[in-house]
Amino acid sequence: MTEHFPVFIVLIPFFGALLCGLLGMRWPRVCPGIALAGMGLAVVVAAAILQRVAEVGEWSYFVGKWEQPRGIGIELRVDGINALVLSAVAVVGWLVAVFSPGRLGRDEESKPTQFYILFLLLMTGLFGITVTGDAFNLYVMIEISALTGYALLAMGPHSRARLATFNYLIMGTIGASFYLLGVGYLYLHTGMLNMAGIHTVLAANPASSVALVAFTLIMVGLWLKMALFPLGGWLPNVYTYGPPLAAAAAAPLVTKVTVYVMVRMMVTVFGWKWVFGGGGWNEAVVWLAVVAILAGALMALAAKDLKRMLCCLILSEVGYMVGGAWLANRWGMTGAIYHILGDAFMTLTLFLAAGVLAGRAAIFKLERFEGMFRRQPWVMAAFAVGALGMIGLPPTCGFFSKWFLIRGGLEAGHYGYVGALIVSSLINAVLFFRIFEIAVFGSKPGKHGYDGPQVVVEPDGVKAKGGDLLALYGAAAMVVVVGLGSGWISGVIQRALEVNGVPLAAPAVLAPAVDETPTNDH
Amino acid sequence: MPETVDSLSPLFAWLVSLALVPVLLVLRKRPNLRDGASLVAGVVKLALVISLVPLVTAGKVVVVTLAEVLPGLPIQFRVDGLGLLFALVASGLWIVTTLYAMGYMRGLDEHSQTRFYSFFAVSLSATLGVAFAGNLLTLYLFYELLSLSTWPLVTHHGDAEGRSGGRTYLAYLLGSSIGLALPALIFCYMRSGGNMDFTTTGFLAGKVSVVEGTVVLLMFTYGFAKAGLMPLHSWLPAAMVAPTPVSALLHAVAVVKVGVFCVIRVFTGVFGIEFLRGIPGAQIVAALAGITIVVSSLIALSQDNLKRRLAFSTIGQLSYIIMGVALLSDNGTVGSIMHIATHAFGKITLFFCAGAIYVATGKKYVSQMGGLGRRMPWTMGAFLVASLSIIGLPPGGGAWSKWYLLLGTLDAGAWWLAAALVASTLLNIGYLLPVAVSAFFGKAAEGDDGVGGEAPLACVIPLCLTALMTLVWFVFPGLLKTLASLMT
Repeated sequence: MTEHFPVFIVLIPFFGALLCGLLGMRWPRVCPGIALAGMGLAVVVAAAILQRVAEVGEWSYFVGKWEQPRGIGIELRVDGINALVLSAVAVVGWLVAVFSPGRLGRDEESKPTQFYILFLLLMTGLFGITVTGDAFNLYVMIEISALTGYALLAMGPHSRARLATFNYLIMGTIGASFYLLGVGYLYLHTGMLNMAGIHTVLAANPASSVALVAFTLIMVGLWLKMALFPLGGWLPNVYTYGPPLAAAAAAPLVTKVTVYVMVRMMVTVFGWKWVFGGGGWNEAVVWLAVVAILAGALMALAAKDLKRMLCCLILSEVGYMVGGAWLANRWGMTGAIYHILGDAFMTLTLFLAAGVLAGRAAIFKLERFEGMFRRQPWVMAAFAVGALGMIGLPPTCGFFSKWFLIRGGLEAGHYGYVGALIVSSLINAVLFFRIFEIAVFGSKPGKHGYDGPQVVVEPDGVKAKGGDLLALYGAAAMVVVVGLGSGWISGVIQRALEVNGVPLAAPAVLAPAVDETPTNDH
Repeated sequence: MPETVDSLSPLFAWLVSLALVPVLLVLRKRPNLRDGASLVAGVVKLALVISLVPLVTAGKVVVVTLAEVLPGLPIQFRVDGLGLLFALVASGLWIVTTLYAMGYMRGLDEHSQTRFYSFFAVSLSATLGVAFAGNLLTLYLFYELLSLSTWPLVTHHGDAEGRSGGRTYLAYLLGSSIGLALPALIFCYMRSGGNMDFTTTGFLAGKVSVVEGTVVLLMFTYGFAKAGLMPLHSWLPAAMVAPTPVSALLHAVAVVKVGVFCVIRVFTGVFGIEFLRGIPGAQIVAALAGITIVVSSLIALSQDNLKRRLAFSTIGQLSYIIMGVALLSDNGTVGSIMHIATHAFGKITLFFCAGAIYVATGKKYVSQMGGLGRRMPWTMGAFLVASLSIIGLPPGGGAWSKWYLLLGTLDAGAWWLAAALVASTLLNIGYLLPVAVSAFFGKAAEGDDGVGGEAPLACVIPLCLTALMTLVWFVFPGLLKTLASLMT
C-alpha cells in the first residue's frame, strides 16, 4: 500500500481542488472543510512515506507502470531528502488550512471557492515538484505551482498586489524558461528526461560543454525562482502586498521547494563529482550566498514594517541554504536540507503571526507593536518562538541549522560564510529585540514604569480566534519539534546523501592535526 | 571516571522555579499569595539541591538525561562538586533575595511585579541549568536562556536609561555568545568526534594543536562575556539600571557567576588542566585577568554611584576567579571555586545594602552617605562585615578563597599576579571601607536632617542574614573546600 503513496500525495490535493470547484460553486462554505480534510490526509500520507523511507529506504513509483527510463514513463522517486520536504510541505499546508476559516471574508475578498481551488492546486504543484524523478515533469509541476501562486497572490486587497504579482510573473516565467532550456540541452546531450537516466549518461561522459551549459541555465533559472540575491528583487513586494493567508502559504514553501530542486539537481541529476569535480566555481557561489545573506539582513534592518522585514529575511535565509549546499561537503548539504524544513516552519510562524496582528493591512509599521504583549499575549508568544528560531537560539530548529551550516563552513574552511551566518544571526537579534522592546515598553521611551499606551485604538488586526491560534501554535511547536528532532532528521538526510554518493568531507580537512599536539612534560 | 548515579532530583530542582511561573501568573491579582508562592518554591528548590550533597561529597556524579538531540550529544544534567556548589549558592540566595525583593519592590511601589517575579524565576532555572549542565551544548542552551530571561529584568523600568542599558546588555552577551562561543563550540564538536561531555581530563585534550587550542580557549573566555573579562565588561555597569534585587542576585551572583562558571568548565572539563599546561592560552588568560583586576579596581575608586562602584568591584572579583583557574594549579582552582561562593555572599550583601539605602533615603551616591550609619546601623554594619569579606580580611569568608588564590599564584610562580592580588586588596580597602567609615564617623550631607529609620524589615533581615553567612563561611569553610577539592 505505502508504495503507492508518492502518487497519492499529489492526487489528494488535486482531487480536493476539483471537489472544491464542483461543490464550491453551490456551497462555498464546504471549501475550507475540503482543504482541511485533504491536507490532513496529505500529512498522514507524507508521514507514512517518511516512516517507510526511514525504515526501508528509498523507492520508485512508475506512473501507469511505464517502467523504463527512456521514453514517456514518469518516475516518482522518494528518498530521505524529499520525504522530509514532503512532510514539511504537507504540515505547512495543513496548518494554513486550519488557519483559514476564521480569516475568510476578511482577507480573501470573500472568494473562498477560488482561494481554496488555487491553494490546493498550489499544493499539488509543490508535492509534484518534490516527489517527481523526471526533469521535464518537474518543469510542469513548477509551472502549476507558479501559475496558481500568481493568481493567489494577486487576490490581495492592496492595490499594489497586482503590480507586484505581475513583476513576479515576469521574473518567475523567465526563471522557468531558463530551467526548461536547460532541460532541453540535457535531453539533447543524453536523450533522457528521467533524472537517474540523465545521471547515468553524464557519469559516463562527464566532460561535456553541453551539460555545462544546461547546468548553468538550470541553476540561474532556479536562483531566479528561489529569489537568490540579486535575483530576488521581486519577492518582498509580492509577499508584503499579497493576501496574508496566501503569503503565509507561499512564503514558507515556494522558495524552499525551489531550493530542494537545486539540491536534487546537484546530488541526483548532475551528481556530486560532476558538480564539484572541477572549476572551483562552487567557491564563487558560496560568496554569492554570503552577499545574499548580508544584503537580506541589511535590507531587513532598513525595513520599517513587519512584513517587508520578514520578506527580506527570506532573502537572507535563501543565502544560508544556497551557501550550505555549495560548500561541497556533506555537513553543509545536510544543513541546507535541514534548513529547508526549519525555515519553512519559522517563516510560517512569523507570517501567520503577522497575518493575525496586521489583519487586512499590508503595511504593519513596527510602532504598531506598542503594548502588543498585553493586547495579544498568545500571538506574541508564538511570534517570539519564531523570532528566537530566526536568531538561532537553542532548542529551536534555527540553532541546529546554524550548527550544521557552520560546521560545514568550518570543514570547508570557508570563514566568510561562517562569518556571514553569525552576522546575520546578530542582525536578526537586533531586529526582533527591537520589536520586543516596542511591544513591551512602547515605541518611544517614556517615564519610569511606562508600559506603552494604556488605551489603544484597535487596529485592523482582530483578536485571534481558535483556529488561528491552533495553527499558530502548531507552527511554533514545529519550530521546536524540528529542533529537538534534529538528530533523527540529520540522520535521515545523511543516509540519503550517502546513497547519492555525497562524500563525508574533503580529505584534506578530515585529517586531524594530531602531529602538532604538544607533549605534557609537567 | 567517577561513579555515576541516576536521580531525578536535579531535574526537579531545575523545574521548581520554572513551574512557579504559571502559579505566579494565576496569582497576579493577589500579591501576598504570589510572593508567598515564590518563597515556598525557593525553599523546595534549596531542599532538593541539598538532598544531592551527600551523594556528591561521596565522590559520585548525578546524571539525568532530558533528550538526545544530536548523536552523542544529549541535553543532560551531570551534577559534580563545582556544579553543586554553584547550585547551592544560587538557590540559597534566591530565597533571601525573594524576601528582599518583597520589601524593595513594595517599598518603592514598583510596577509590573508579576512580570518581574516570573522572569526572576525563569532566570533561576536557567542558572541551575548551567550549574548542572553535563556537556557544552546543555551549558550553551541555558547560558542563552539566562541572557534572554534577564533582559526584561534589566529593562524593567522601561525608561530611556533602562532601555539603553538593556540594549547594551543584550548586544554584549548575545553578540559574544553567538559570535565567539558558538563557532568554538562547533569546532569542539568537530574535533572531539561528537562527544562533548565534561570530563576531568578534558574531552578536547590532545585533539587540537597549540594554536587552535589557544584560539579556542580565548574564544570561549570572551564568548562567555558574562564573566566580564576586560574589554568585554561594559554590559555590567550598564545593567545596573535594573531594580536592586536584580543587581544583587543576578549581577553579583547568578549571571556573572554563570560566566566564570562556564570559563572554569572550559578550563577543567573541555581542555583539562593537564593539557593546558602545554599551551600558552592559560597564561594569556591569566594575564588578561590580572590586568582586569587592577584596572577595574582603579575605576571603582572613582565611581560615586554606589551600585556602579560595586559593579566595577564585581568585574575585578570575577577576574580573581578566572585568574585562579588559569593558574593551572590545584590551589588556584580550589580558591577560584571557593571564591564563587564567598564573593557571592559578600557582594549580594553590599547590593542589598545599596538597595536598602535607596529605599529608605532615596540616595544613590556615596558622597551623600556620610553619617548614615547612625540612622541605619544594621544596614551599615552589614555593609562593613561584607566589605571585610570582599577585601579578604578575617572574619570574612573571603579570606579563605583569597588565601588559596594567593597560594595558587605562588605555586605557579607567577609573582606579578600575586602582586596584582595584593595591589587589588589595597584598592578594595580604598573603595569599600570609606563608605562604611564615613557612614559611622562622617558628617551628614548638606540638607540631610538625618531623621527616619531603617528600610523595611523585609529588606534588613535578608542583608543581615547574608552578612552573617560571610562570617559563617570563615568559621566553617569545610563544605566549600570539600566540593571545590572534588574538581582537582
